[in-house]
Amino acid sequence: MSDATIKSFGSLLSTDYRTLSYITGPLIFVQNVKGVAYNEIVDILMPDDSRRSGQVLEVSGSTAVIQVFEGTSGIDVAKTEVRFLEEVAKIDVSSELLGRVLNGTGKPIDGGAPIIPEVRLDITGAPINPYTREQPADFIETGISAIDGLNTLVRGQKLPIFSGSGLPANELAAQIIRQARVKSGEEFAVVFGAMGITHRESSYFMQQFEETGALERVVFFLNLADDPTVERLLTPKCALTVAEYLAFEKDMQVLVVLSDMTNYCEALREVSTAREEVPGRRGFPGYMYTDLSTIYERAGRIKGRKGSVTQLPILSMPDDDITHPIPDLTGYITEGQIVLSRQLHRRGVYPPIDALPCLSRLMNLGIGEGKTRDDHRAVANQLYAAYAQGRDLRKLVAIVGEEALSETDRAYLHFADDFELRIVGQGQEGRSIEETLDIGWDLMAGLPMGELKRVRDFIEKYHPSHRGQAGPGEDLAESA
Amino acid sequence: MIAGTIAKITGPVVVAEGMLGARMYDIVRVGDEGLMGEVIRLEGDAATIQVYEDTSGLEVGESVESTEGPLMVELGPGLLTSIYDGVQRPLPIVAEQSGDYIERGTVASALDREKKWSFTPTVAVGDDAGPGTVVGTIPEGGTIIHKVMVPPRVKPSTFKTVAAAGDYTVDDVVATLEDGTEVKLAQRWPVREGRPYINKLDPTTPFTTGMRILDTFFPIALGGNAIIPGGFGTGKTVTQQSLAKWADVDIIVYIGCGERGNEMTEVLTEFPHLDDPRNDAPLMDRTILVANTSNMPVAAREASIYVGATLAEFYRDMGYNVAMMADSTSRWGEALREVSGRLEEMPGEEGYPAYLATRLAAFYERSGRVRPLGAEGDERVGSVTMVGAVSPAGGDMSEPMTQNSLRVTGAFWALDTSLAHRRHFPAISWTKSYTLFLGQVRGWYEANVADDWAEYRDRAMSTLQKETELQEIVQLVGPDALPESEKVILEVARMLREDFLQQFAFDDVDAYCPPKKAYWLIRTIMAFSDAATAALNDGVSLSQIMELPLRDQIAVLKTTPHEEAVARMQELVETIPVDISGIEVY
Repeated sequence: MSDATIKSFGSLLSTDYRTLSYITGPLIFVQNVKGVAYNEIVDILMPDDSRRSGQVLEVSGSTAVIQVFEGTSGIDVAKTEVRFLEEVAKIDVSSELLGRVLNGTGKPIDGGAPIIPEVRLDITGAPINPYTREQPADFIETGISAIDGLNTLVRGQKLPIFSGSGLPANELAAQIIRQARVKSGEEFAVVFGAMGITHRESSYFMQQFEETGALERVVFFLNLADDPTVERLLTPKCALTVAEYLAFEKDMQVLVVLSDMTNYCEALREVSTAREEVPGRRGFPGYMYTDLSTIYERAGRIKGRKGSVTQLPILSMPDDDITHPIPDLTGYITEGQIVLSRQLHRRGVYPPIDALPCLSRLMNLGIGEGKTRDDHRAVANQLYAAYAQGRDLRKLVAIVGEEALSETDRAYLHFADDFELRIVGQGQEGRSIEETLDIGWDLMAGLPMGELKRVRDFIEKYHPSHRGQAGPGEDLAESA
Repeated sequence: MIAGTIAKITGPVVVAEGMLGARMYDIVRVGDEGLMGEVIRLEGDAATIQVYEDTSGLEVGESVESTEGPLMVELGPGLLTSIYDGVQRPLPIVAEQSGDYIERGTVASALDREKKWSFTPTVAVGDDAGPGTVVGTIPEGGTIIHKVMVPPRVKPSTFKTVAAAGDYTVDDVVATLEDGTEVKLAQRWPVREGRPYINKLDPTTPFTTGMRILDTFFPIALGGNAIIPGGFGTGKTVTQQSLAKWADVDIIVYIGCGERGNEMTEVLTEFPHLDDPRNDAPLMDRTILVANTSNMPVAAREASIYVGATLAEFYRDMGYNVAMMADSTSRWGEALREVSGRLEEMPGEEGYPAYLATRLAAFYERSGRVRPLGAEGDERVGSVTMVGAVSPAGGDMSEPMTQNSLRVTGAFWALDTSLAHRRHFPAISWTKSYTLFLGQVRGWYEANVADDWAEYRDRAMSTLQKETELQEIVQLVGPDALPESEKVILEVARMLREDFLQQFAFDDVDAYCPPKKAYWLIRTIMAFSDAATAALNDGVSLSQIMELPLRDQIAVLKTTPHEEAVARMQELVETIPVDISGIEVY
């Protein structure tokens, strides 16, 4: 212990060490430590008297491995001091955080007043006991037909947006934040966790929030692309800790947007590689599934509490590859996914949502009579089946030409085109669920009546030919 | 007592020194909070321990104590209706103790120690007693008769005392043997070891699931095993839950292994309200849930499937047919991989440890139809049927978990992403799936459903196979280039897909289809096929046949109540040929 020096600025409890032995990437190794706990937070006093923070990743005998959140540049072996704070990573939370901009570790960077904490919470969180979870059941109207009508989001769900570089995932997220409502009309509090996004993207979001007046109900965690990589590992955990506090202690409906999870996973890989761990697929660590689950699983509702945490993580699929480990592991944890398509985007369809690989696993809990409309499930199934058939026919047409198709097949082909233009490509407008379903019926009216097997029970109630405006002659012609 | 100190902490793996005398897989209490862990490597006096709880805040130098026994589960009345975590802690009790979140170091007894059970002895003093001998019975959960058995590995002797009928707690002694061995209502068993039995029997009775594609095309037997691999969103969980709800077995053990919290909540919310198709009680009365969600500790996830298997074997030993669903075994494999990585073991394929195949084989071999210990006297036969979901990375079935599971299981129910995308559910692929149990269960179907069951099954399969081939041609030249005789095959295959294979899990009638109804559906569609082919030979055109309302008549059958549908189909196989042959030839 002779190397350890006790400095006057330290509390009586904490010990400072000047025993760094090895520095690599974001990691530093400290020797001769005693009483160090796994995951403990440390303060690092740099030779130039500035401060950084880090976390214990491994303790082995008297050696501690520490990851430095702000990067290791400028750290030396001789003069840098490390102080163990005897607590795991925590964040000050308060309902005053709404409307504030914080850095990736939760310190205000908007120049506003310091935050007076109501409580200080461990950012790792604990798993919600499955027994005390409440089943999500409330429909969220996002105003986007491809989501509301076909892949409904419910309160307490985690539904990621799988994007690609250059695709408008951020626009879509901003639109959802702007339009999202529950039927009772309650507004959402938004916790936005930005990880490694560019300055341009961050100012886009800021501008969107300011224009729509949403800023006062947003907590903005901002880790920019040029901020330290390792800080990114804390950002989603901080954001979710605040979200859980607002939801389960302050009864708010919280929407958490995390962008971009790909940057988070890259940071995870960087640290894992620096620790010389055995790599899994594509160099990502073998524990990435578990690590991601500790983020995504922090969505949901709890019995007896009013609030909810709904997650909308955004991730970029490297090279649009949905089987890449990041979207793959995410898809196995989240309750569905919204997939953006480059092809639709190039054709100018906005939002370019590729309906076929999209899915909302909790859809059935949030739709139907009393929640949306009685025909919702049937309409969604019919639209899906018809669109899939139309897409298949497109491939065929490329070979044999449209003339070779039967009349029914041609109707399907046109249905697929209309589907992309009218249901998916709605632009910036917001639509109510009733409007979405009615448009769906309008499209289905282009198909022969005999093909509408899945909506058979609702034809009389909703089919355009039964709405009154259609004449009886037309009615007969269609059912023939 | 064996006690040491922590020397190293990395994630869920802790190394303790001074543990001389500790044995592999002994359970230890780690640190001041007494976190539960298991010894997974010994090197000199250093023991490597996987900890079943979050290790944040542990310090080097804290103490580690061995319990000097392996991970055990407690077996006795009260298991049914329970909801356990991966190391058999009841989640409702954990919630009472630590609130809405699962805190570390919680200790909770698996069985209710206070509850009194109504015991009726079935043996008398002086009767023969051996491992597995049934001492008495207890009504458990309304419909299941719980059998109190002499634990395995007891020396055969005779009963010295037997308690009178009455109410007892799980800790009360209800019988003693000549050598002083006490039999209580509850016993304990190490989870990593299969419970012994007299011998395995050939599985010949089908495991009826109520899903047409499985019961007809890819049946497995009671005591068999199957895997359901599929990329995300293909419906593994919905299929597993349907099996749990409708499978014709006595007891369900459902393991949520590293899956979504909201999904477990769905099971927890739904099962108590689901009426058991077999009787009036809720399904939950004969179900045990093991829930270890993805964000719960990874080592407990590894243990959870062994806990589930042991619970299943216990009810098998009473003579029940038990179905065990594991969703998803890939998460178990990943837990193995994660711990292996922390141990810095040499990785095998895709980072999985080289012993993955061995572990999988040992696990799936715990299924089977057996004569349990003590069955000499009462002819008990019990079975454990295992269905494991597999989540292949990137939907690529060539990965190690799928391939190693295939080698040791008897059926492959492959979920297909493109079927799921077009909302064809269940999205089980009829071209990729297979079963090895067909020969064994065929006799049952021929005796209980119809003599010509296999013939119709094979015809339906070959029609679908033919469709796949024809579709390739259609892709190249368009459907009009096909002759009428092949177009009719496409129509029949389409009927098979839409009116037979597709099954709506949320429809009251269609959710469960008895094998008899499934058989008649195929017969009806084949009656159409035969009549249409014959009519084409007489010069009738396919469009004339398709103008008849037959398609619609067949389409409504699957949602028609079973008895009514079968009666209707018996008429249809008579009337369809008449209707079709009645078409005039121009």
